[in-house]
Amino acid sequence: MNFDKEFDASGLNCPLPIIKTKKSLVDMESGQVLRVIATDCGAVKDMQAFADQTGNTLLSSTEEGGKYIFFMQKK
Amino acid sequence: MATKKMAIIATKGTLDMAYPPFILASTAAALGYEVQVFFTFYGLQLLRKDLSDVKISPLANPAMPMPVPMPVMVQMLPGMESMATMMMKQKLTKHGVASLEELRDLCLEADVKFIACQMTVDLFEFDKSEFIEQCEYGGATTFLGFAGDTDICLFV
Repeated sequence: MNFDKEFDASGLNCPLPIIKTKKSLVDMESGQVLRVIATDCGAVKDMQAFADQTGNTLLSSTEEGGKYIFFMQKK
Repeated sequence: MATKKMAIIATKGTLDMAYPPFILASTAAALGYEVQVFFTFYGLQLLRKDLSDVKISPLANPAMPMPVPMPVMVQMLPGMESMATMMMKQKLTKHGVASLEELRDLCLEADVKFIACQMTVDLFEFDKSEFIEQCEYGGATTFLGFAGDTDICLFV
């Protein structure tokens, strides 16, 4: 999947992956896609909850070799 | 959609109890909430410029996981509090949990409003110059003016 920006939250724990994802989205345009990499398994539920509450769209959420990969499209 | 609001009352000044208000406030701000935190009694210690005196005590804290079981008589010994604090901070760093300073900065960056209880400042004769400049001083009425209109209000 194509993306416009990437943020690596590997090693960070709750709530940093979410807060820093939000900060990464700030300077992006509506419709652009942010790819987030995380190692915190709690981020899987939290990233969906973040999308639900902020109106951004979680295009995909997958696991690859112990890392969680998210594609978040800005509202 | 109207902006959601959250109010937190932070009354504890230990390392373990400092995390919930800062984590919830910074996260809620990231979700678009307008957030205010009212720091009163021991919670006021969390507004000090220097947070290195914020500690955790194993005493009267039986739920705290310890590497080896430790009788209360041992927990009372001098230096045990500093040791427990050092171990807890190492654990937090190892697991990628933000420091209190970092979480507090994230709150300030996201415009979380900090209100320091003026009565507590007077009561303990605190020197305001020891607290961060970004806090306002107020009382229960100031806080309730905001809290009365929130979606979430928590006492920590």
